[in-house]
Amino acid sequence: MNKQMLTGNVAAAWGARLAGIDYLPAFPISPQTEIIETVAEWIDTGAMDASMTTMDSEHSMLTAAGGAAATGVRVFTATSSQGLLYGMEMIYALVGWRVPLVLVNVSRGLAAPITLEPDHNDVLAARDSGFLQLHCSTCQEVLDSILMAYRLAEDRRVRLPVLVNLDGFYLSYTREPVIIPDLEEARQFVGPYDPGTVRFAAQAPVSEAVAVLGGESYSYFRYEVQMAQAQALAVYGEIAAEFAACFGREQARIDAYRAEDAEYLFLMIGSFATKAMDAVDQLREAGWKIGLLRPRLLRPFPEQDLRQLAAGKKGMAVIDQNLSFGRGGILHTEVTSSLYGQSGAPSVIASFVGGLGGRDIAAEEFYQIAQDLRQACVRGIQPPMRLLYTAAELTAMRNLQAIANVPAPERKP
Amino acid sequence: MKITDSAFKKPKDLPGLHILSAGTSICAGCGGLQAIHEILDILGPKTVTVNAAGCMSLLSVYPFTPFSGSWLYTAMASAPAGAQGVRDALDRLLATKKIAADEDMQVVVLSGDGSATGIGLSATSGAIDRRLDFIYICYDNEGYGNTGQQSSGGTPHGARTTTSRGEQGYCGHKKDLFSIWKANHPAYLATVSGAEPLDLARKIEKARAIKGPSLIIAFSPCPTGWHFPPQESIEIGRLAVRTGVWPLKEYEDGKVVHTKIPAGRLPVTEYLQKQGRFAHLFHPGNAYLIKEMQADVDAYWDCVEKSAATGR
Ligand SMILES: Cc1ncc(C[n+]2csc(CCOP(=O)(O)OP(=O)(O)O)c2C)c(N)n1
Ligand code: SF4
Repeated sequence: MNKQMLTGNVAAAWGARLAGIDYLPAFPISPQTEIIETVAEWIDTGAMDASMTTMDSEHSMLTAAGGAAATGVRVFTATSSQGLLYGMEMIYALVGWRVPLVLVNVSRGLAAPITLEPDHNDVLAARDSGFLQLHCSTCQEVLDSILMAYRLAEDRRVRLPVLVNLDGFYLSYTREPVIIPDLEEARQFVGPYDPGTVRFAAQAPVSEAVAVLGGESYSYFRYEVQMAQAQALAVYGEIAAEFAACFGREQARIDAYRAEDAEYLFLMIGSFATKAMDAVDQLREAGWKIGLLRPRLLRPFPEQDLRQLAAGKKGMAVIDQNLSFGRGGILHTEVTSSLYGQSGAPSVIASFVGGLGGRDIAAEEFYQIAQDLRQACVRGIQPPMRLLYTAAELTAMRNLQAIANVPAPERKP
Repeated sequence: MKITDSAFKKPKDLPGLHILSAGTSICAGCGGLQAIHEILDILGPKTVTVNAAGCMSLLSVYPFTPFSGSWLYTAMASAPAGAQGVRDALDRLLATKKIAADEDMQVVVLSGDGSATGIGLSATSGAIDRRLDFIYICYDNEGYGNTGQQSSGGTPHGARTTTSRGEQGYCGHKKDLFSIWKANHPAYLATVSGAEPLDLARKIEKARAIKGPSLIIAFSPCPTGWHFPPQESIEIGRLAVRTGVWPLKEYEDGKVVHTKIPAGRLPVTEYLQKQGRFAHLFHPGNAYLIKEMQADVDAYWDCVEKSAATGR
């Protein structure tokens, strides 16, 4: 067994290498760049047989990715944050092209203010594009998800691009032990590229991404994407079962940690969910019946799994590492709408927002969240959303401002 | 390549049938479409046309296409990047022997001047830097045609557009796309006009034979946006050449050659007066604008003659 200490970025590069990609159009952006540099080096040294082109922008990069996939090769690409937004027109377009490529996003908070550190507003801006979304919480999962993503994307019942997300810094630059599957086994699992019906060929010309006239044609194609997304839930299940049989690692649509006998649940995605796991362990030691749900698959959203896993629980705390201004945490909205009206659904689904721009969520905060949740359940009232920020942080911020003579903001009482 | 090497010596050498079929929703008398017809006839069916948003995006409307080759609509900004992906994938398929050499295709970008001179310049410039083997066809209707002829980077000074309705028309100047490309040493560059089919055919023949980035800028009289009757499209194309407003030229091996130097140039008014978009230039008080235009055209050709004389 080949086990190595790898950063999330290098694990992503290994995923692409083992999947046997043909082509990587690229554009640098922190904290993603290590992925394309790693693949570039492997291509240059002959360790990997693929071709790569550095483009002039992410918009171009994604267009090239789609053009290549539609010509009949397996395509991998990666971006982050501003890059994902810069290419957003093409993110939506590629779904309509039905090209089964894999895009890794290394999450990073969006400007302004500009930062390099992670939260999920970047990847969630692509939520409604039609890309499938897999969210990772460990470096191992990054590698595994990429292998599974190609199977999912290329499956004849799906034929949609897949986005694999990992958090900047916490995964991208953090070394963790990663089992690197055997090349032959990985290739066998992923299989050869299946270009499907979208393939430019000299003898059989194809028109791709053409215009439609009128809502009937437009709706037809949009509904097809919806149906493919719906199919992808079951397809993912099949692929995950096969993956577990091949490699011995379970990758359920929703990872449930100590959830079975729990009365209370945390719900999170991404690397911070591993912090929630620690908190669960500590709280369990203190006598709490608490667990964690971590959706791996965010699109399609595993609604049925969520309903089953949440049934009979007293309360759930959804911790969002994103903020939809004027509304709140995006996952919270997704979860509540999935559970609304379901018998046995938790009566309290509390919303917490934290970890923006890489801000930590400390163990004590998880304990506080658990307390708040329990109290709300006792009182039987749905609490308002809470934005995690400590008095100490505010004091530090005020001190910083004082040093630079920044006038204190005016606040109406 | 000398003319004597060309397959197109006389008008009767030109293809007799169009391979782009009829029945599209493009305006009657569209000079851009005429040029595209003539270009595709020379390129043949083994093409992938990568299109940027514009008038010609409505050529392929589900479930019909007039093309005998493949078609990929991308976005307004990134058709050359789409071409890069297609070309790279074809090269990969050739290298891994998944397709045979005779299954290779010519990758073509098709966009208007708005895309070519503005929003698409980054993608274009990247493609030139990377020496992408493709032919960029820019049909130049001198405005954002598809959205109703607003001023674009291709709009000439003084023309009226839907965003330049003032008495002097558009106050900017037409961007010199030819020189932008030339400065970056492409494989081949040419201006063409559908009204000059033989000159056009020879240039497309060259672009097809040369590897690397090539640009064809096609003069595209636009009845809808320029305000003239559709049947005058070809006449306006001819006048653009005969007045010297649209120089026919090419760039190859570091040199620009004018392929048709109009003898006894007609005054620019012959060209201007046929089009509604220039009607205001004939109002009292705007005579200076016409004078300026004539002076610009004269200066251009003086320069051409001088450099021809000195061999530079
Ligand atoms: C990003 C983006 N912005 C704006 C548009 C709207 N739009 C569609 S076609 C077009 C004009 C294109 O002009 P040009 O490239 O000159 O081609 P033409 O319409 O003249 O054929 C515009 C502005 C678009 N499709 N995409
Ligand atoms: S608007 Fe002009 S360029 Fe566009 S299709 Fe009509 S005639 Fe052709």
